[in-house]
Amino acid sequence: MEPIIHIENVHKWFGTVHALQGVNLDILKGQVVVVIGPSGSGKSTLLRCINRLEEFDEGKIIVDGIPLDSAKNINAVRTEVGMVFQSFNLFPHLSVMDNILLAQKVVRKRGQIESENKARFLLEKVGIPDKAKYYPLQLSGGQQQRVAIARALAMDPKIMLFDEPTSALDPEMIQEVLDVMTDLAHEGMTMVVVSHEMGFARAAADRAILMDAGQIIEEAPPEILFTNPKQERTKSFLSKIL
Amino acid sequence: MSSSSYPAPTPKPLISSGKTEKKSRIDPWWGLVAVVVALILILNFSSPDPYNRILVFLQEGIWVTVKITLISFLLVMVLGLFVGLARLSKNTIVRGIATVYVEVIRGIPMMVQIIFWYFASPAIVQQIGTSLNNPALANFRPDGTTMAIFGLTFGYAAYMSEVYRAGIQSISRGQMEAARSLGMTYFQAMRYVILPQAVRVILPPVGNEFITLLKDTALVSAVAVPDMTRRGREFQASTFIIIETWVMVALVYLVMTLLATRLVSWVEKRSKFER
Repeated sequence: MEPIIHIENVHKWFGTVHALQGVNLDILKGQVVVVIGPSGSGKSTLLRCINRLEEFDEGKIIVDGIPLDSAKNINAVRTEVGMVFQSFNLFPHLSVMDNILLAQKVVRKRGQIESENKARFLLEKVGIPDKAKYYPLQLSGGQQQRVAIARALAMDPKIMLFDEPTSALDPEMIQEVLDVMTDLAHEGMTMVVVSHEMGFARAAADRAILMDAGQIIEEAPPEILFTNPKQERTKSFLSKIL
Repeated sequence: MSSSSYPAPTPKPLISSGKTEKKSRIDPWWGLVAVVVALILILNFSSPDPYNRILVFLQEGIWVTVKITLISFLLVMVLGLFVGLARLSKNTIVRGIATVYVEVIRGIPMMVQIIFWYFASPAIVQQIGTSLNNPALANFRPDGTTMAIFGLTFGYAAYMSEVYRAGIQSISRGQMEAARSLGMTYFQAMRYVILPQAVRVILPPVGNEFITLLKDTALVSAVAVPDMTRRGREFQASTFIIIETWVMVALVYLVMTLLATRLVSWVEKRSKFER
């Protein structure tokens, strides 16, 4: 089976810092991959390279058969890849509803009624159907992140990227976001998740990856990676976060 | 982007009406306007000669000043946006041209720029026209008001571009990233996500630019545009009434800038974000 995300020997430098040092990774359709690792290990950078928010210097990435090389292709890929950010990045000047409508109309060229139906369906799905008319800053962090997920899903992405989606949340709000993500995983969405939420990884992920110093150190099913890692670096990292 | 027919509870309005603010009994700003207007009226009626004569003579000039201010300001807002975006461009050449433009313009006095546009630039066109044997260019003689508006626009757009640039840069990078990750193009993201937020940030400095521009229109009197200052000079020259003329000109400018200040703060209040 052709991988939906193909990452081959990707290098990235930030000035003199070698942030990604030859990363290879193939992800199949429907897989949920959790990426863990210390801060500065390149996990967010790798994620951001997949929809080219970050340019890479060497290697290639092919998403759903489209190589990330030309501006046209990059936009094509971005419409197929949804992204959820640590800091939500909702548009504060637009209501929740308009946040979800905007890209549907502007990028997908959908009509008002179709877009609204989609938005309402998704708000229902993420459990906040009554917040459509609110503005992002009137919502809690957990609610904002669920709106952000709905906003990304409104584009009917084939892949969802999550960049530390719960790191900016108060502890009591983390679970409501993880629940939405778990449901999504069980529906067969292809997901790449940078997160240290072990519970989520165990419940929803097919693969767990540990990155350090710009490289993939170890990969295994989450249960095995967390309980019985082979590499020393994985062991020492896990001992710090568990 | 309006969404209707939602049976949702009514959230707090995003745009505040500004009515909820407590008003002190005497608004110092209105007090000042009242004093200045009263002063003009008292002068006008207590000694119509020369004050009423001056006012009548200035009248046309007032309209010219208002017209030049408004037209230039509109053009400045548009040109300034494009230059501001060019300054943020990833393209080195585009950014370079915009940077040179801004630095050159900011380094030359506005007065010199206006004189240059009115006297020097037509002369250049005429010389080119003569050497090309093109009578239309050789006899090029632009209208003073047009060149004045051109000079003010070109000069102020450089300052305005910096205002735009600062406003756009004040919006967190995540906003652009979120918009782009949804598949929007750079210009769609600017149009629907970044600029609507940046506008709220830049309103105060834009208001300042507007008031400064209003005052700087007095410079166009140097190139034979019959604005209020020019009319004042003409009146002084023909009547030798000096003090009263310039007291009146100053008072009228003051009323205009005070009203503009209030207009600016009204617009600011209307568009404030409720966070």
